[in-house]
Amino acid sequence: MAVEDCEPKGQVKLLGTSQSPFVVRVRIALALKGIHYEYIEENLQNKSPLMLQSNPVHKKIPVLLHNGKPVCESMIIVQYIEETWSSKAPNLVPKDPYDRAIARFWVAFVDDKVGPCIRGIFMGRGDEQQKAVEELVANFLWLEEALRTSGKAYFGGDEIGLVDIALGSRSQWIKILEKVTNIVLIEPEKMPLLRAWMERFLEADGVKQVLPDEAKMLEFASAIRARFAAAPAGN
Amino acid sequence: MGEGEEQVKVLSQWPSPFAIRVLIGLEEKNVRYESLEENFASKTELLVQMNPIHRKVPVLIHNGKPICESLIILQYIDEVWPGSNSFMPSNPYDRALAKFWADFIDTKFLGTGIHGILKKTGEAQEEGKRYMLEYLGLLEGVLKEFSAGGSKPYFGGEQFGFLDIAFICHTCWFEAMETLGKWKIPWESEFPRLLEWMKKCRERESVHKIFPDPHKILEYAIKFREGYLRSN
Repeated sequence: MAVEDCEPKGQVKLLGTSQSPFVVRVRIALALKGIHYEYIEENLQNKSPLMLQSNPVHKKIPVLLHNGKPVCESMIIVQYIEETWSSKAPNLVPKDPYDRAIARFWVAFVDDKVGPCIRGIFMGRGDEQQKAVEELVANFLWLEEALRTSGKAYFGGDEIGLVDIALGSRSQWIKILEKVTNIVLIEPEKMPLLRAWMERFLEADGVKQVLPDEAKMLEFASAIRARFAAAPAGN
Repeated sequence: MGEGEEQVKVLSQWPSPFAIRVLIGLEEKNVRYESLEENFASKTELLVQMNPIHRKVPVLIHNGKPICESLIILQYIDEVWPGSNSFMPSNPYDRALAKFWADFIDTKFLGTGIHGILKKTGEAQEEGKRYMLEYLGLLEGVLKEFSAGGSKPYFGGEQFGFLDIAFICHTCWFEAMETLGKWKIPWESEFPRLLEWMKKCRERESVHKIFPDPHKILEYAIKFREGYLRSN
């Protein structure tokens, strides 16, 4: 997909790391809007002065720097991108206030409910892990229901929107989690729409070009899990 | 419901800062609404129907359609009833900043700060107090910047806006938090801008009307803390 030169809206930089699904969110939004930017890979073990200066409160990535001014928190950045380049299709945020509130609700759901479950499954063992699996499956069933109600290809409708970006960015991790733990989290019989949506999203223009390499992700995930498995129980 | 008449209901609980936030928002916009008090012991059928996933207040029900999550509700109120007082800043960058700090307030400030005092004892509570002072320091700085060095009254500048409403609702718990933590926050010496800002906000009709009696909050907070410590 051709990335146009950015409009006279200034200079855009993105601080990130290659594996982070939160960085992927921002990259997807920038790609969909055709915004040209400079990507700077951060080393989280040795955070750059720019990163610490741009996000002193959380010291995390992603950080979007627009004409030198930092915007932090991935979904806040995505909405900022939408508002700043609002005349560029696609529209990532619904126009109707009610639909917008629903989209924001699901975004919060992904980060407040789905996120911790993914972490719990990845890091947990035994009963703790099982509980996280059950909770994640229950959360996915809600999302399946939301897709069924919308009846469209994406949560955002015919095109990718806020919720697709929020959840879709974690799709790779979900697939990797299934491989690394040997647990099927999105069963095709129980959640056909969600499974189909995920495959569609990962193949979509604007998404597939910015996804981290799956083999590298798997290696990265396996390494973290091995490190945790080696640690004494209770840590 | 008459023709053309809007129906606005809020499922609420009087001590909840999140519910207080929504009610202040509606008052600021002069929206007529009905507040329905949820009890603590059990959840009403209406709450479960309107917020099946989280089963929590506040829920705004606008012409029968539910909106959940207080910050999302606040933005919805601002967008549906724009009126003459926009909660949100006019440019995307300032909007992003307002959302960032509101998120900070609901996560770090509330979770590690306020709850670090209400839900903890001993050294853990002392740590909560240290975080609280650190975060208040950050917010004092933010207020200085957003109020153009104090020449404007609010986080929203001239406008009592999104971030003001997002933060003020937590302040009605401060006295209870100080009492339960057996300490006094050095407002005058360390956070004079925040102190002035709180006084100004409390003078607003909306805040004055919605804020619960601090003694009632303290009573509730004591029970809340006892209950929490007993089961954890």
